[in-house]
Amino acid sequence: MINNIQFNDRGKLRHFLAIEGLSKELLVHILDTAQSFIHPDHQTIKKIPLLRGKAVMNLFFEPSTRTRTTFEIAAKRLSADVINFNISASSSSKGESLTDMLHNLEAMFCDMFVVRHAASGAAHFIAEHISPHVHVVNAGDGCHEHPTQAMLDALTIRQHKGDFSPLKVAIVGDILHSRVARSLIHALNILGANEVRVIAPKTLIPKDAEQLGVQVHHNLRQGIKNVDVIVMLRLQRERMQSAALLPSAHEFFQTYGLTEDILKFAHPNAIVMHPGPINRGVEIASSVADGKKSVILQQVSNGIAVRMAVMALAMGVPLEESGE
Amino acid sequence: MNKISIMGGHVLDSAQHIDKISDLHIADGRILSIGAPPANFQADQVIDAKDKIVCAGLVDLAVRLREPGQEHKATIASETLAAACNGITSLCCPPDTSPVVDTPAVAELLRQRAKNGGHCRIFPLAALTQGLEGKQLSEMSELKQVGCIGVSNAQVPIANTQVLKNAYEYAANCDLTVFIQPTEPYLGRGGCAHEGAISSRMGLTGIPEAAETIAISRDLFLIEQTGVRAHFCRLSSARSVDLIREAQHRGLKVTADVAAHQLFLTDQDIMNYNSQCHVYPPLRTKKDRDALRKGVLEGVISAICSDHQPHEHEAKLNPFAETLAGISTLDTLLPLALRLEMPLPKIIDRLTWGASQALGVKIGTLRAGKKADICIIDPNKKWTLTPQTMFAKCLNTPFMNWEFQGRAVCTIVGGQVVFSEK
Repeated sequence: MINNIQFNDRGKLRHFLAIEGLSKELLVHILDTAQSFIHPDHQTIKKIPLLRGKAVMNLFFEPSTRTRTTFEIAAKRLSADVINFNISASSSSKGESLTDMLHNLEAMFCDMFVVRHAASGAAHFIAEHISPHVHVVNAGDGCHEHPTQAMLDALTIRQHKGDFSPLKVAIVGDILHSRVARSLIHALNILGANEVRVIAPKTLIPKDAEQLGVQVHHNLRQGIKNVDVIVMLRLQRERMQSAALLPSAHEFFQTYGLTEDILKFAHPNAIVMHPGPINRGVEIASSVADGKKSVILQQVSNGIAVRMAVMALAMGVPLEESGE
Repeated sequence: MNKISIMGGHVLDSAQHIDKISDLHIADGRILSIGAPPANFQADQVIDAKDKIVCAGLVDLAVRLREPGQEHKATIASETLAAACNGITSLCCPPDTSPVVDTPAVAELLRQRAKNGGHCRIFPLAALTQGLEGKQLSEMSELKQVGCIGVSNAQVPIANTQVLKNAYEYAANCDLTVFIQPTEPYLGRGGCAHEGAISSRMGLTGIPEAAETIAISRDLFLIEQTGVRAHFCRLSSARSVDLIREAQHRGLKVTADVAAHQLFLTDQDIMNYNSQCHVYPPLRTKKDRDALRKGVLEGVISAICSDHQPHEHEAKLNPFAETLAGISTLDTLLPLALRLEMPLPKIIDRLTWGASQALGVKIGTLRAGKKADICIIDPNKKWTLTPQTMFAKCLNTPFMNWEFQGRAVCTIVGGQVVFSEK
C-alpha cells in the first residue's frame, strides 16, 4: 500500500517515500543516474538545468543541518529554486493543522516538498493529502525510513565493491530508533546483498527484527566477522539513559564501539560507514572514523548526487541529456 | 397505553433458552408474553416480524457519548439516537468525560440530560478514583445512589498498587462492579500499535501484549483478595483470554468483553498508516484475533461491545501516531457480530443477556414482566456502510464501504417504538 502512492498511474515514480517495496530496477536506475552526475575525473558535480523554473521547498519539522543542506545543494545543482522552511513547532503552536499548512504552502506554487518529520508515516501522510502536481521526497520520517540516506549508502558501497551479491553488511547500534537502518536493510535486500546483519544489545533491537530480513547479533566481534561493509549508527545518548535502554555511553563503547582491534574481525577489505553526525568515542573510535577504511565523507558527497537523481526522477524530467 | 404485538418473528432469548418462531406481546411498557397473547389482549399496533429476528434490545458496554465536555464530537442526544437506530437500547458510558464523572453532581447532570434528550437507557460508570488520577477514591457510595452502576478508571492505569487494592476493596464494600481496562502503566507508554513485526517495520512505538497481561495478572490477584466483582474491558490478546479463562475455572467471578472491531481487524490493517485503524488497545495479530473469537464462542468473553469513540474529521487527519485513537462503531456493532461464524443464538446472547451479566442489572432478556426493550433485526438485509447509511454523527471508521448483511429495522424502548425503518 505504501508504495502504490509512490507511483503515478503510468507506474512512474512520483513521490520518494520509502525503499520498502521498490524494485531492483528502480534502485539501480537511481544509482546509475546519481553516478552519472558525478564527474569521473574530478569527483565534482556540475550544474545542470533539469529543474529550471521548479520550486523545491525543504519542509523540516525536525532540526537537521546536513540532510537539509545536501538537499538544498542538490536542488540548486539541478537549477531549481529552493526555499527552506523550518517549522519546529512554530506553526503548530499557533494552532494551525498540518493539512492547513500544507495547503497554504501549496498555494505558493511549490513543485516539490522535501519533508522531515518526527512521526513515522508523516511523508506518506503528506503525499496523500497534497495536490496531484506536487511531489514529496521523504528526508526522514520518525523511526520509519530515510530512503535517500539508504541510496547514498548503496551508491558508496557500489563504488567500492561493485556487485552487491557477494556482500555481507553489518549495521551496528541503535537499530530500534533508526530510520537509516530500516531503509538500508530494505535497499540491501532488494539489491541482492548476500547477508544483512544487525548488531546491538537486545534493548536496541526492534521486536521480531528478523522479519525485516536480517540476521540479529548481540555480540560485535561475532557479528562483524568477515563482513565487507560496516555501517555504524549514531547513538542518541539523551534518549538512551532516560528510557533506561543503556547504562552509559562508556559501557556502549566498551561493548559495541568500533575500534581498530574490533575492526580486525571484519574482512580485510571492509569499509566503514556512518550516516553522521558521529559521536567519537561512543559508537566509533576516532582512529577508525578517520582511518583508511572509513568512507564517511564520501557518503556525504554522494548524498548530493543521489538526492539530485531522486528529485529529478520524482519530478519526471527526461534524463537522457544528463550525460550518462 | 400502547399495546403491541410482534408477529411471527424468530424469537431469541438465551436467558430463557428461547429459540423459535413465535409472537411477542407488549403492554404498559412491559413484556406480557411470548406465544399466545393473554385473554382479552387487543393490540393497538401489530408489527409483522416474518423472516426477522426478535430479541432483547442490545446492551452495549462501552459508548463514549462525549457529553459533557466534548460536544463538538458528539452529544447524548446524537449518540443515543444513533444507538437506538442500530438496535441498542441500553448503553454503558465510561467516566472519562470532561469533567470526569467523579462527583454525584456530574452523574446527576448526565442522568438529567439522558432523561430529557436521550433515546435509550444510559448506565453511567463512575470514576474509581477522583479525576481518574489514581490517588484518592471517588465517592463511590454517593455515585451509586445517583445511578452509577459500576466504577472504572477508564483508560487511565493506576500505578500505585496500594491505591488500587483499596479502591477494589472499597468498591466491593459498596457492592459495585469494577470495570477494568487492563493496562500496565509503563510498558508501551506512548505507543500506538501492537509491538511486533509490523510496528518494527513501520517505525511505530509498540504496545506489547505484556502491557495487558501483566495488568490482568496483577488485578486477578487483587480481585481474589478483595472479593470485588470485576469486569475486564476490551481484551486484545490471546493470552489475556487464557488468563480470564483460567480465572473463571478457578471460580473467580470475573467477566470480560471485546470490541467488535477487534474480531475483524488486525495489525495488518495499519500497514498503510490508516489512522482509522488507530485504536486502543491496539489491533494485534491474526492469532490474537482468532483467540478472541474463540473466547466469544466459548463464553469466556460474555459480551461484544462497540467501544464507540466518535471523533471529528480532523482528529484523524495527521500522521498515524499523532491521531486520536478510536472508531465510531455504533453502526457496525450488530452487523459485525452477525458476520461471526458462530451460532446465531450465541451471537445475540453476547449482545444482550451475556453483556448484561457485567452490569449486574437484569436486562437483555424478553422475560415476561421485564421492561419491553426490543430489537427487531432483518438478517437478510444487504447494505453498505456509507456516510448516508450511518446514523452516528462522526464518520471515523475503517469499515466505510464494507458490505454487510443484517441490520436492526425496529427498536422498542420501554414499549415505545423509537426507531422503525421506513
